[in-house]
Amino acid sequence: MSQYILRRLMIAIPSLLGISLVLFVVLALAPGDPFSELATNPNVPPEVQAALRAKFGLDDPIYLRYLHWLAAMVHGDWGFSFVSRVDVDTLILQRLPTTLYVVGSSQLLALLIAIPVGVYAATRPYSLFDQLANTFAFIGFSLPTFFTGILFILVFSVKLDWLPFVYTSVPGSGIPWLLEMIRQAIMPVMVLGLFQAASMTRFVRSAMLDVIRLDYVTTARAKGLGQAKVIVKHVMRNAMIPVVTLIALQMPAVFGGAIVTEQIFRIPGIGSLLISSILANDTPVVMAVTFVFACLVVLFNLIADVLYGWLDPRISFR
Amino acid sequence: MALLDIKGLKTHFATDAGVLQAVDGVDISINRGETLCVVGESGCGKTVTAMSILKLIAMPPGRIVAGEIMFEGRDLVPLSSHQLDDIRAKEIGFIFQEPMTSLNPVLTIGEQIAESLRRHEAVTKKQALERTIEMLKLVQIPNAAGRVHHYPHQFSGGMRQRVMIAMALACRPKLVIADEPTTALDVTIQAQILDLLQDMKERFGMAVMLITHAMGVVAETAQRVVVMYAGKVVEEASVDELFGNPRHPYTQGLIRSIPRIDLDAEHKTRLEAIGGSVPILINPPPGCRFAPRCKHAMSICTEREPRLREIAPGHRMACHLGDAS
Repeated sequence: MSQYILRRLMIAIPSLLGISLVLFVVLALAPGDPFSELATNPNVPPEVQAALRAKFGLDDPIYLRYLHWLAAMVHGDWGFSFVSRVDVDTLILQRLPTTLYVVGSSQLLALLIAIPVGVYAATRPYSLFDQLANTFAFIGFSLPTFFTGILFILVFSVKLDWLPFVYTSVPGSGIPWLLEMIRQAIMPVMVLGLFQAASMTRFVRSAMLDVIRLDYVTTARAKGLGQAKVIVKHVMRNAMIPVVTLIALQMPAVFGGAIVTEQIFRIPGIGSLLISSILANDTPVVMAVTFVFACLVVLFNLIADVLYGWLDPRISFR
Repeated sequence: MALLDIKGLKTHFATDAGVLQAVDGVDISINRGETLCVVGESGCGKTVTAMSILKLIAMPPGRIVAGEIMFEGRDLVPLSSHQLDDIRAKEIGFIFQEPMTSLNPVLTIGEQIAESLRRHEAVTKKQALERTIEMLKLVQIPNAAGRVHHYPHQFSGGMRQRVMIAMALACRPKLVIADEPTTALDVTIQAQILDLLQDMKERFGMAVMLITHAMGVVAETAQRVVVMYAGKVVEEASVDELFGNPRHPYTQGLIRSIPRIDLDAEHKTRLEAIGGSVPILINPPPGCRFAPRCKHAMSICTEREPRLREIAPGHRMACHLGDAS
């Protein structure tokens, strides 16, 4: 098992290298330059500009710049943010926990809604409950998060004044601080979580329906185990295998959605960091944040592979 | 009193095209310790009849419309699925057709046998495991103590069917319903599985309802035979009577379609097939359902449905041909 994980991590290295190369080239070709502000500043003489460019290696050929970046990255030097005047890794480490907290809670909420609703709907296909669940799921994934986010702010912050609509990250401790952290996360987690739950409910329901008619479920029923046990022990365990795949495949979309949601609620996560650094031409930060997203996606795929092996004994860790 | 007595069972399915009368008035009874074969071609309602006994058909679209299923004097039809759970596996065991798909791929075979024991009998986890290993030894699975922790994909088809038999017999049911238990297996394995079933039956003294479409299997195992056609029983007799004196044209056709190895070259005849196929059972026409394929069909056959009646002691059939004689 641990050998399997180790081997999968080794396989992840070339794909991460490939991703970083593509990212680097795309960013290098993109318009915008960290020194564009200097270029338009009349107080900076052109010689100084040229000297700075040479110092930071901006005029080197692209492969040299990539190798330079890669070597620094491996040594733990993620670069320096021109805009924030801090190291990129410090910046990301400040922001990452918030993103993981919001995205993680919303995924958890999505699972807590989707699994029971999907399973129950599948046991009573075309019943009133199933129809309602399907309708809500359809509405849920038809509404983009930027719309529901603004709607939530309008209702719960502006009209009802129950929840704050700007996410503040004041460091602190104690129960009141913790409660405040939870309170301000409610809306973004609901928006992201409900959106995810909608499509996941459909996945779970159809996966359950695929399994529920199989022969071994009839075998289990013929043993007199009772509906609940047949569903949980025999149907759900098998139905979760494709659901795990789909959830893992959805992870990039989840992080993409988180970028938008972080923007709406002003959450100081890496998503909003990405947007602000793109706008500020802060290339080292853009590069590092997209790379972190890539790493997270690779990580979730690995987790999915390990979960398969645990759910399905036919897949062996070899 | 018969162990199981099915009277006038009608199981219908709601489909988009109309009501499918899969089982339409079936009478079958099984005595304690007896082997009864139910034969008929695919789609004649054998499996639906068997599945109706323990309500294992999908409901909806399936529905038991009429009839009663008396098991030890108690009618099973009005019972809910929840109430039937006490009878399933404990009183009536089930062996399914497809050993490749009838076992849950993600649970060990030991777990799948033991869960039945733990549901119906007051046994600890350890006792259940011991009983499971004992059952696996009885069905002749080599190295039972080691194999009990293996998953279905680690077994061959024949071995899986042995596991299915062990599972069906674990709680010592009074009746075992085997739905085409050998159809999906190699010929050599088929004989082994039938022998095993026979052995188990003698050891535990249970009754067996064996559903098959192979007349060879019938001749080898049954005491009594019920022939079904298009959702109805057309003939019922002891095995010797049925093979010696088949009366219904459909039964005669079935028997003539068995290859004979005992005849010498001079007496050999071409194998006969029954022309046509089983009718679709949505709004079937009045009269005998076999009439369109019957060589002896008369005008009455398409007008009035023949009744199942006793023509000799223990021999019943449903055909107008008997009326004339």
